[in-house]
Amino acid sequence: MIGRGSRRLRARRRLLQGGGALALARWLPAYAADRDLLDIPALSAFLAGRSPRWERVRLDLPQLADNGQAVPMKIAVDGPFAPGPQVRTIHLFSQRNPVPEMAVFEFPVPLERIEVESRVRLAGTQRVVAVVAMSDGVLFAAGADVIVTIDACMDGT
Amino acid sequence: MPDARVHVPGEVPRGKPFEVRILIRHPMETGYRTDDAGKPIARNVLSTFACRYNGEAVFSARLSSGIAANPYLRFFVTARDSGQLTFEWIDDSGVRGGERVAVTVV
Repeated sequence: MIGRGSRRLRARRRLLQGGGALALARWLPAYAADRDLLDIPALSAFLAGRSPRWERVRLDLPQLADNGQAVPMKIAVDGPFAPGPQVRTIHLFSQRNPVPEMAVFEFPVPLERIEVESRVRLAGTQRVVAVVAMSDGVLFAAGADVIVTIDACMDGT
Repeated sequence: MPDARVHVPGEVPRGKPFEVRILIRHPMETGYRTDDAGKPIARNVLSTFACRYNGEAVFSARLSSGIAANPYLRFFVTARDSGQLTFEWIDDSGVRGGERVAVTVV
């Protein structure tokens, strides 16, 4: 009887520990992303001490890109926007490309659906960060890690 | 051969965002490559892209060598009245390009 009880206690403890670890893991990506910002000097220069919020932005890139010459990329910003602050610009930064600021997308008029898709060049396995600047000065960001098998800029032709 | 291919729905609902897709023929030369003689090939990137609806700027992009050759863009635009959607772009060598399509609001 006693033995079974203590076993149940141990199981309960393991469950609690597991739950704690899960709760911690939920926070880890945001923390890791914030720390990785320092890896990209152009991004640090753009932020100039401001820290973006890691929410509302979805940056879709394949986890594994066979060819860095053309990697499909999609940025979406979750609304609603009206009547609140609007999306002004989206800046796309690369960790390892020779030109770290890959693109800037500008939205001069208010829009209910913010979604941009393109194809990027990636010089190697790296992190890509999209920073969204709102009209009230708030920044939102999202990052994505891409493993690149064949780098762009390495074809040697 | 045309310089760009544009896909826009022929009829769009008033005030609702609609999808615009454009594919522009351009090498997006990075400036990091060399030719057969070993001479560097000058950078030539389609650096500025702008989209207007009935003359009003609705979307623009500043691109770098980090965008793949033959740049493809997909974005959303809202229309209140029928009109012309115009696209303009310019590359580092100063060559300009453009395209226009009609949009009917229903």
